[in-house]
Amino acid sequence: MAGLARLRFTDDELDELTGQLAAVLGHAADVEALDIADLVARVHPMGLGDVTRPDEVRPSLDRDQVLAQAPVAESGRFRVPPVLGEAP
Amino acid sequence: MSPREPSIPASWELVVGLEVHVELATATKLFCGCANRFGDEPNTNVCPVCLGLPGSLPVVNARAVELAVRLGRALGCGVETSAFARKNYFYPDMPKNYQITQYDRPTNSDGRLELPDGSVVGIERAHIEEDTGKTTHMGSGGRIHDAVYSLVDYNRAGVPLVEIVTRPDIRTVEQARACAGELRAVMTAIGASDARMEEGSMRVDANVSVRPAGSGELRTRCEVKNLNSLRSLGRAVAYEARRHVGLWEAGERPRQETRHWDESGGRTISGRSKEEVEDYRYFTDPDLVPLTVDGAAVAEVDAALPELPAARRAGLAAAGVAAEAAALVVERGQDGLVLAAVAAGADPGLTVTRVVNDLALDDWSQVTPEGLAALAGMERAGKLSATQSKQVLAEMAATGGDPAAVAQRLGFKAMAEADLEAAVDEVIAAHPGEWARFCAGEGDDRKKMAGFLTGRVMRATRGRADGAAVNRLLTNRAIRP
Repeated sequence: MAGLARLRFTDDELDELTGQLAAVLGHAADVEALDIADLVARVHPMGLGDVTRPDEVRPSLDRDQVLAQAPVAESGRFRVPPVLGEAP
Repeated sequence: MSPREPSIPASWELVVGLEVHVELATATKLFCGCANRFGDEPNTNVCPVCLGLPGSLPVVNARAVELAVRLGRALGCGVETSAFARKNYFYPDMPKNYQITQYDRPTNSDGRLELPDGSVVGIERAHIEEDTGKTTHMGSGGRIHDAVYSLVDYNRAGVPLVEIVTRPDIRTVEQARACAGELRAVMTAIGASDARMEEGSMRVDANVSVRPAGSGELRTRCEVKNLNSLRSLGRAVAYEARRHVGLWEAGERPRQETRHWDESGGRTISGRSKEEVEDYRYFTDPDLVPLTVDGAAVAEVDAALPELPAARRAGLAAAGVAAEAAALVVERGQDGLVLAAVAAGADPGLTVTRVVNDLALDDWSQVTPEGLAALAGMERAGKLSATQSKQVLAEMAATGGDPAAVAQRLGFKAMAEADLEAAVDEVIAAHPGEWARFCAGEGDDRKKMAGFLTGRVMRATRGRADGAAVNRLLTNRAIRP
């Protein structure tokens, strides 16, 4: 899991997190044990649907302001470390 | 014509499915009001939503949903209640570290696409998702593997896409190309996308595998990316199929992986630098609510769908146009003109020849069906040679006007038979060697000499002679010198 999230932990941290994750999994097991035969599956907890907006252009941000947030920028673009592998 | 790729042995069968991404022709992005426009200065169409800044919330573009449903219906898909999910991954082309897509509840599923040759490719799904930003790899060769650093432009991040996933129903290289071509034709016909492969508004990935001919199994597939044209698609599928056959026949097996097409090298290259865990940890995006498209809305979309390419080809075929020519006419959007000209009495074959085979005119707005029919009639009656007919049509397209008037203005009239005979006799006298070979020759050599002599007559008459008439005269003279 830490590998997927590209995170590094010490052994002590891993011990602590393993305990926390076990609690989360225990909760999931509790939920799975419930009898939900009468319930209809829903995609979203809120009873909302079809929230859309019209296809109208709104102003974008100022580029200098945007790039000022980046650690490094070059030629109007974000400069990032060399990307190994490929886009998924 | 694209060059033929060497095919795989008949004992093997090709199995291909396509994943086609098309950018929807909306004014704005999928979840924010930034402009969806190709070619703008980098990072000028970005906002807190598409930059993934904290506190920003996505709201779905109604027009994108409408176009996606139109696309789904054009592909015969069922439209269901759909939901958005987050696909989590680490790559700087998405600043959020996830891409919003549809996972287990796509908007469109289970459709079909009929190709010009009459075969049918199943459509598994056509779901809505957002496009990613554009990364440029800076380094020695601009390639991923030798990049020193990368630059990212987020103008494209969040642009609405539909990903169309076909079933693995494709069995030949030609069919793979035809399938992508037909999808492009459908997209443009319904106005869902401009589907330009060269600009990246349509991108095709191919899942390729092979199996022993006659077996129904599905073997390990490779996904080939970076296909920027139908030609690349055909070459890459052919290459990959040969590679798989080679591996199986050597007692090895292909590894399931993503591969990149190297256009200049004419080969595919493994995309993964190392074995990686693939788990996108999809989950429903809590910031977005489900989309429902009710039956009435679908019926409205259906009613507004234009006639699709397959039906338009069928219409041309019914009017007497040959299948292959019909596909070309529809591809160029000139079926309306051809059908009207045929209705006005034109010969279908001749009309199609003039419209698609000889001439690539940009602007046909000045050419009327009646004018085209009259032109075809003059050519058929021998009043214009093929060469002259082409010139008249070009002039009609440029300045408008009736073909008879244009022909007169250009000084075209069919050559009097006597003048034509004189021209033929002059050519025969000037080329006795070729003439003897024509008279004595058989098959190919005779054909070659006929071509040579006819060409000389055409040159001597500056294209005024009718090729068929010259051929007839040559044959007559050979029999009765």
